[in-house]
Amino acid sequence: MKTCLVVDDSKVIRKVARHILETLNFTVREAGDGREALDSCLEAAPDVVLLDWNMPVMTGMDFLRALKESGIAQKPKVVFCTTENGMAYIRAAIEAGADEYVMKPFDRETLQSKLQIVGVA
Amino acid sequence: MLGPQQSFASPGAVNVIGALLEQRTGQQIAANRAWRIETALKPVLREHGLDTLDQLIARLAGERHGPLADAVINALLNQESSFFRDAGVLEMVAEAALAIQAEHPGRRLRVWSAGCSVGQEPYSLAMLFEELAVSRGLAMPEIVASDVCPQALVRARAGRYSQFEIQRGLPVRRMVSWFDSENGEWVVRPELAKRVQFRCHNLTRDPAPVGKFDIVLCRNVLLYFSASVRRSVFDTLHAATRDGGLLVLGAGETVIGQTEAFRPSDRFRGFYVADSGQASLTRAAVR
Repeated sequence: MKTCLVVDDSKVIRKVARHILETLNFTVREAGDGREALDSCLEAAPDVVLLDWNMPVMTGMDFLRALKESGIAQKPKVVFCTTENGMAYIRAAIEAGADEYVMKPFDRETLQSKLQIVGVA
Repeated sequence: MLGPQQSFASPGAVNVIGALLEQRTGQQIAANRAWRIETALKPVLREHGLDTLDQLIARLAGERHGPLADAVINALLNQESSFFRDAGVLEMVAEAALAIQAEHPGRRLRVWSAGCSVGQEPYSLAMLFEELAVSRGLAMPEIVASDVCPQALVRARAGRYSQFEIQRGLPVRRMVSWFDSENGEWVVRPELAKRVQFRCHNLTRDPAPVGKFDIVLCRNVLLYFSASVRRSVFDTLHAATRDGGLLVLGAGETVIGQTEAFRPSDRFRGFYVADSGQASLTRAAVR
């Protein structure tokens, strides 16, 4: 079973994502901001991180940069999942090393499709 | 409360609408999918100020070829698709096309996407061809895409997709490379749009498009036809395919036991190769 770390400051989004991911046979972990997410990855790297952009304490972009510098051997795939739907944000995420990008709102098919594209579903 | 598979539609209404669909497109509505008619037609009823399917049928009796009939057909056709549907198959198509192109540098390959709905398949092919052909210095194949539904083709030509549609199957790097964001929608860039020619074509009624194709894709279309219509469609597809050209079907579809016009390809596994002169034999056997 693959593991997905859902990183979002909204409990509702985490709950929705968890529900979908569990139907896709993922083990789900949650984090409420980038700092929590980094700690979680350092403890045990998941297969994929579903990452919000705007969060308190540490943003998704700062998390991504920190993850790259973390020295974690088996880096998880990173899929941004955000309401930032502009081209500039998407290009910035790609340049920073994101593997995929989900524009909210999302549904099961979208999430499944993106997880297939990064090779974890 | 009625479940999704129960219907308010009378058997008579289902028969009339089913007959209209079959007459116009050759497609059949399976008995166990008849419940979908009412769901699919609800927006059409609303738009035309009708309350019931019986009222719709009464109106259709007087205008079987007008805009109302077109709207009914458009609503009933399954336009579900996605970018890079069965991505592995499309990558094999691109590799096969470019292998054939490399062997025939003197002519430009032709590819037909038959039953292209709102355009995701031909645009996916165009992206793959652009990426692979350019990197290998090969000519870009010509892509012709067709569908029986004029409304689907309007959308396909516009190349305009919702946020949900653009995210299904399309990797983000390709999305930013080939699409622009406009007012919450994603629009195919002109340099990709010009690679696909869209045409209205009825596989069950129209002759094969002029000129032979090296590769014909007809995926997830044949399953909507009866066995006899399927045989006829195979003949049309064969007439459109160059001798030795390839036919690509959907994952659950096959030519085996249905036509002699194509046989499994030894070189490109999973695809079918056109046998020269076999379509007329198939027709003769059927008669």
